[in-house]
Amino acid sequence: MLTFDKEYFNIGYLDTLSYKDTFMHRIDPRIKLLTSLAFILLVISFPKYEISKMIPFLVFPVVILSIGDIPLIFILKKLLIVSPFALFVGIFNPILDTAPMYSIYGVGISGGWVSYFSIIMKFILTISTALLLIATTSFPGICIALEKLFVPKILVVQLLFLYRYLFVLAEETMRIVRARNMRTFGRKGQGMRVFIQIAGTLFVRTVERSERIYHAMCSRGFDGRIRMMKNFKPGFIDIIFAVVTITVFVILRKYDIAKILGDLILQ
Amino acid sequence: MSHHIIDFKDVHFAYPDRTEALSGISFRITHGESVGIVGANGAGKSTLISHMNGYLMPAKGRIIIGDAQLDKTTRSDIRKKVGVVFQNPDDQLFMPTVFDDVSFGPLNLGLSEERVIERVNEALNTVGCYDLKDKPPHRLSLGQKRAVSIATVIAMQPDILVMDEPAANLDPKSRRQLINLLKEFKHSKIIASHDLDLILDVCERCIVIGAGKVRADGPAGEVLLNEKLMKENNLELPLSLQRR
Amino acid sequence: MHMADALLSPAVGTTFWAGSLGIIAYCSKRLKNDINEKMVPLMGVLAAFIFAGQMINFTIPGTGSSGHIGGGMILAILLGPSAAFIAIASVLAIQSLFFADGGILALGCNIWNMGVYPCFVAYPLIYRTITRRDKTPGRIMIASMLSVIVALGLGSFSVVLQTLLSGRSELPFAAFAALMLPIHLAIAVGEGFITGGFVNYVRSVRPEIFDIVEGTGKLRESFSMKKVLISISLLVIITGGILSWFASTHPDGLEWSIEKIYGTAELPGHENGIVPKLKDIQEKTTILPDYDFAGKENRETAGTEKSWPAVNAGASVSGLLGSVMVIGLISIFGFVIRIFKRIRN
Ligand SMILES: Nc1ncnc2c1ncn2[C@@H]1O[C@H](COP(=O)(O)OP(=O)(O)O)[C@@H](O)[C@H]1O
Ligand SMILES: [Mg+2]
Repeated sequence: MLTFDKEYFNIGYLDTLSYKDTFMHRIDPRIKLLTSLAFILLVISFPKYEISKMIPFLVFPVVILSIGDIPLIFILKKLLIVSPFALFVGIFNPILDTAPMYSIYGVGISGGWVSYFSIIMKFILTISTALLLIATTSFPGICIALEKLFVPKILVVQLLFLYRYLFVLAEETMRIVRARNMRTFGRKGQGMRVFIQIAGTLFVRTVERSERIYHAMCSRGFDGRIRMMKNFKPGFIDIIFAVVTITVFVILRKYDIAKILGDLILQ
Repeated sequence: MSHHIIDFKDVHFAYPDRTEALSGISFRITHGESVGIVGANGAGKSTLISHMNGYLMPAKGRIIIGDAQLDKTTRSDIRKKVGVVFQNPDDQLFMPTVFDDVSFGPLNLGLSEERVIERVNEALNTVGCYDLKDKPPHRLSLGQKRAVSIATVIAMQPDILVMDEPAANLDPKSRRQLINLLKEFKHSKIIASHDLDLILDVCERCIVIGAGKVRADGPAGEVLLNEKLMKENNLELPLSLQRR
Repeated sequence: MHMADALLSPAVGTTFWAGSLGIIAYCSKRLKNDINEKMVPLMGVLAAFIFAGQMINFTIPGTGSSGHIGGGMILAILLGPSAAFIAIASVLAIQSLFFADGGILALGCNIWNMGVYPCFVAYPLIYRTITRRDKTPGRIMIASMLSVIVALGLGSFSVVLQTLLSGRSELPFAAFAALMLPIHLAIAVGEGFITGGFVNYVRSVRPEIFDIVEGTGKLRESFSMKKVLISISLLVIITGGILSWFASTHPDGLEWSIEKIYGTAELPGHENGIVPKLKDIQEKTTILPDYDFAGKENRETAGTEKSWPAVNAGASVSGLLGSVMVIGLISIFGFVIRIFKRIRN
């Protein structure tokens, strides 16, 4: 079927969330970006057979989700439908690596399963953090953060344009697809040829649009440079946030909290 | 300094596919005037407006804006004098937030940050959209987008405001708000539209365009009331007059 | 196919980030020097166009399943290499944030895999060579088809290499490649057909549009093949060098340095297979120092694991129990924050 994916509504929803006004949303985008990156790097750095040390890291997404007022269900749903490549590749681990590693009350668990769970855990942690970053930070905010972090201006401008016209073009696409579906009564109109025609129509309109945008930019003094005023400095709260999160990450990376807790209870 | 602000003399223009869109247009507009340009679809209104700030250049004839004749060298100065609001606000609003969009022009003028902020606030207050400052354009209604588009141009403080179909696709309430807004403007303004009631409400003078030529030019009340003229140009009398 | 965070090691992830950022910097420098002003909005909306196009699914002939385009080659053909690379990077960046395709760390790999090959290999070496003389529909179709096949082939091969270098997956090289390449060949044929068909369609209905776009991307005229080849080889050598340095001195660079900083030596130092052969050896020596796992030498009998005795049940039980506790505590924590917020409102 030539359908226009639900994905579009998902982006729209994420985008709506990102304009909420909570403590999380107010944190300096650079700080959020950098702490998220640090988080992901630390999680990824866990070796292949590590699980229990990773579990306490769940605290970061959970705290952001709770403070940022992001619906848990939404994130869980996204986690389920997101590209399953990692899970697909990982599933070969239990098949190929069958040497038992642990025994829990007599049930042996192979190294392959352990490393597969480790991949799943990493998947959950990294993907939810990426989603929560965008759900609590407006996209223009992220772009400005990127520019301040020395990403080339032209890429930043690209991202801003892409973000701005994504919604416009997605809606235009939806109109073309609907008109097409109406005329083909859902019978034909699903193959590659139809797709090419739709894409061709959309492309022509897009180029014409870019001419009009250029026209509008010129009438407001565009000279090849995009100028923006962005005066945000990280405040006291932002710095506290960064210091606290990084400290927690480091502690969690170093100590196996889950095991310590387990030992305490078993004693 | 001449008191004319826009002076078109026998302007011709054809698109690359040889569509003759303007075939000998002449008119003058003076400071403080508000002029409506009416004509059926395809009459050449948008093409005419694209000439006012040099996006298109006449193939024949000349255009004088203020003291300068429009050519490639004067074009960028002329763009500061003539503020154009285009038909589709999605093309006019290309920045990620309303604030960024309204500040785009003033920043290009090289103003200091305080002056830019002042201008942005002023422009947004004029169109009643101050509260939308931090919103991204794709979260605005069409009426709000139109108003913000106008603000982006006002913030440049042009000598004259040119608008292409400002009321197209607006619902009645937003259209009414827009008309009230336009009426309040003390600016010189040129409004191209086939919404004749809007022109009648907002403009004193009206130029009728048909097939790339000026068909009539005179006080809006007279021109728009001329039933024969309107029929000839595939237009109808303004609805408000039809009822009488 | 998007590379994913969960399959990456920090060394591989950061190396490819560095490589991709390097190329972005190179492209942006080129564009800054002689960009046509019109290119700024054009690149942006064409990236949005590709993005919108990706959201339309179509039926793949003969399979009944549906797919969508990647569009990297279309951008390369329309915008020329430098601008297309930036546009592709921006599309992938938005995908990684809004769709969580892959993830943030894997974005570096994904930009590399889906940007470098169409822009700097397939376009200059294949597409332009074939279509330079005359741009007949037949030539355009063949050129598009070959370009996409090569670009996607190299891209999927890179996914395989990145996964293997990261050492999170057990899949041996040959099996993984045998799995990935045919799938991607099939995808590439579809994408190639669409790319060529699209270019031909637009050229036939609106030839002047192509003139506008090509006129804007005047950069391609000054494009020197030699420079491209040299830069690519340099990049490959540099990134390859960094990568192998990382990989050889400390099997997993970042892990290693993290452990150094923390002063714990609990990491098994040979997590990663650089070459599949090495992997074999590792399989036999991998241990988990975290858990007092007694029989490291027994690991060599990995083939006959059936007889494996249960070891140190205590450690694994306490780990499991602790994990459950931690999850419980974190959930409670989240709840408390929510309730607290609700009360405050
Ligand atoms: N980009 C273009 N290329 C070719 N012809 C055009 C283009 N834009 C407008 N035209 C033609 O020029 C004429 C005037 O169009 P336009 O100025 O848009 O009219 P209006 O704005 O009054 O509806 C029409 O015949 C239209 O088809
Ligand atoms: Mg028009």
